[in-house]
Amino acid sequence: MTTLSDPPQESFRLSQLIYDTRYRSMTIQIIALIGFLLLLGWLFGNTAQNLADLGKEPSFRFLSEPAGYDINQRLLEYNSQDTHLRAAFVGLLNTLVVALLGCITATILGVAIGVLRLSSNWVVSKLMMIYVETFRNVPVLLWIVFVMAIMIETMPAPRAFKGENPASEMMLNDSVAVTNRGVYVPEPLFTNTLGDVHLFGAASMRFDVSLDLLALMLVLGASLWGASWFRKRADKIQELTGDRPKTWHVRLGLIVVPTAVLLYVLGFHLGYPELKGFNFKGGTHFRNSLIALWLALSLYTAAFIAEIVRAGIMAIDHGQSEAAAALGLRPNRTMKLVILPQALRVIVPPMISNYLNLTKNSSLAIAVGYMDLTGTLMGITLNQTGRELETVLLTMLIYLAISLSISAVMNMYNNRVKMVER
Amino acid sequence: MKKTVLLGALTVAGLAAGAAAAGTLDDVKARGTLNCGVTTGLVGFAAPDANGEWAGFDVSICRAVAAAVLGDSKAVEFVPTTGKTRFTALASGEIDMLARNTTWTFSRDVDLKFEFTGVNYYDGQGFMVPKDLGVSSAKELDGATVCIQTGTTTELNLADFFRANNISYEPVPIETNAEAQQQYLAGACDVYTTDASGLAATRATFDDPAGHVLLPEIISKEPLGPLVRHGDHEWGDVVRWTLNALVSAEELGVTSANIAEVSAGSNNPEINRLLGSEGTLGEMMGLDADWAKSAIMAGGNYGEIFSSNIGEETPVGLARGLNAQWTNGGLLYSPPFR
Repeated sequence: MTTLSDPPQESFRLSQLIYDTRYRSMTIQIIALIGFLLLLGWLFGNTAQNLADLGKEPSFRFLSEPAGYDINQRLLEYNSQDTHLRAAFVGLLNTLVVALLGCITATILGVAIGVLRLSSNWVVSKLMMIYVETFRNVPVLLWIVFVMAIMIETMPAPRAFKGENPASEMMLNDSVAVTNRGVYVPEPLFTNTLGDVHLFGAASMRFDVSLDLLALMLVLGASLWGASWFRKRADKIQELTGDRPKTWHVRLGLIVVPTAVLLYVLGFHLGYPELKGFNFKGGTHFRNSLIALWLALSLYTAAFIAEIVRAGIMAIDHGQSEAAAALGLRPNRTMKLVILPQALRVIVPPMISNYLNLTKNSSLAIAVGYMDLTGTLMGITLNQTGRELETVLLTMLIYLAISLSISAVMNMYNNRVKMVER
Repeated sequence: MKKTVLLGALTVAGLAAGAAAAGTLDDVKARGTLNCGVTTGLVGFAAPDANGEWAGFDVSICRAVAAAVLGDSKAVEFVPTTGKTRFTALASGEIDMLARNTTWTFSRDVDLKFEFTGVNYYDGQGFMVPKDLGVSSAKELDGATVCIQTGTTTELNLADFFRANNISYEPVPIETNAEAQQQYLAGACDVYTTDASGLAATRATFDDPAGHVLLPEIISKEPLGPLVRHGDHEWGDVVRWTLNALVSAEELGVTSANIAEVSAGSNNPEINRLLGSEGTLGEMMGLDADWAKSAIMAGGNYGEIFSSNIGEETPVGLARGLNAQWTNGGLLYSPPFR
């Protein structure tokens, strides 16, 4: 005999929110979310209330007022009558410059040191180990200050280059001057310049793009593309016939000749630095604040990158290099063709965070008086306008944007090199 | 980035704390110490001495206020601040008052919401150069590299001066006086510019002070004085009148040497009101009757503080100049104690 019973009635009581495991986690999450929102609301409300009591309602109007201060290293034309926004923009470009230079140098150094640390030469590998351990384990701020102190204390002042028998002389045929105010190198100049394009009219974000530079980049880009096309053609011929035509002379010509012609047409010549009055005039001036920051950040980050590269190479199974050796590949080709392409997959993701670290560490610039974003917007502008909340928030947003852009670019690269799973 | 977030959070938290505090006077009394913001080290104005005790012209103001409020000139917690951090420290309530050769300007008073309680040193921005540079006027400085403390009014004056004279310069921004000194002495900058008093004080610490000259141009007015947060008028009054008491004491001839004798009672009613043997001035301000006496005993009257810290007998060697009493042709002029 069978007993039929009604299926249990679906009913919902309020207590189920706590006692029924189906709902409990949801309940807890919602309560936590409400609590979090309340906390945020309180924080915002409290800040707004207190700012209002002080008579300092948040306002970004100060950005359009004249900054009143000068900035020594400026990639754009700027003077003290420009707005705070413009000053912040100049600072932002300085941040980007040092971050870019730092990332490039740190990568080159880091890869070299990482590979050398695996060298079978005992002295070389131990030296690299010492490098990594020294730079990695001392705070980067100290390295920055240290490099700056060395530059200031050991290099000669421009005054030392004066007189009949100067205490110091310029290097490389009187073209480079190393002083304790920075390094002066010759600058490229064009007699038949194409001029500049002005972007954004008179706005705070206005900037000029040099047409000469643009033309050079276009020509060089086209030459490189042509050279790579020529190489691919050679590859095809080699695959078909087994004979590889000689390509290097054509490729070299393709790269050098058009650029050289363009440089000649533009009337390219070098402007040499010259001691006039208090300082060297002419040439490009790499200020010692930039050099100290750039060098310290690169050396410091290179130590981390070296370890990442070493880890990446060691992650590749030893059988790979043995197989390559069995095929008759020489060690440097094994590294270039077999090991590094695979190691890159391991190396790239942690590299992203090192680039981000370097960029964020560049905000220590004020320690050596390098006017980056922190020095302008969150330094002098904050101080002169008293707008703490606004400037700090704005600076945070800008750093966030920079970091996210770097991550995005590096992730795109990572997607290209990462293992394709089949 | 970490630093930025922390600073931001601190600022927000600090602003909240600053506004939430009731009266600074009550806070100081309850705490038993005065938090006073000073420089990170400028000999003569504020610097720790050989025993680690802070001493100097600005420090004496802090000590006088502490003596007036708490009766103990040692009950001061000195907070070193840079040109950049000082205002945030004051606005956030980290310090009760700032005595850090800070220039009284319109925007700091009105827009930054501070209250300047008077002027303890009338100064102006000057330039210091090595003697062998052969420069005799600031107008000859075209193309020079100038060391400048960042976050100061001098930074703005400098830009204005070079702009007005249509000459160029290369600023080297620096955080503290010590860093400026290092760069200047190494020749990384040709010129160091800050308030003339600060230049004299810095030069006094050089191995070879005679090898450096102050250029004749004074390019700005820099009235330096202690300041407090805007809106707390009781506390502002305490600091203002402590400073006035020191100035008045000099004018009235009350010194740390004769104060014990004079405070017993004198035939000058203003001295009696000042020192509390007559009237209830202290009580009106919420202090003891002998507040001014304690303040003066802390380091002497204005003239004594000046001559023992930065006067002509000290290595800093500043003349009274504008900072003489009005009766001697200076600008010091305290409102009456009545």
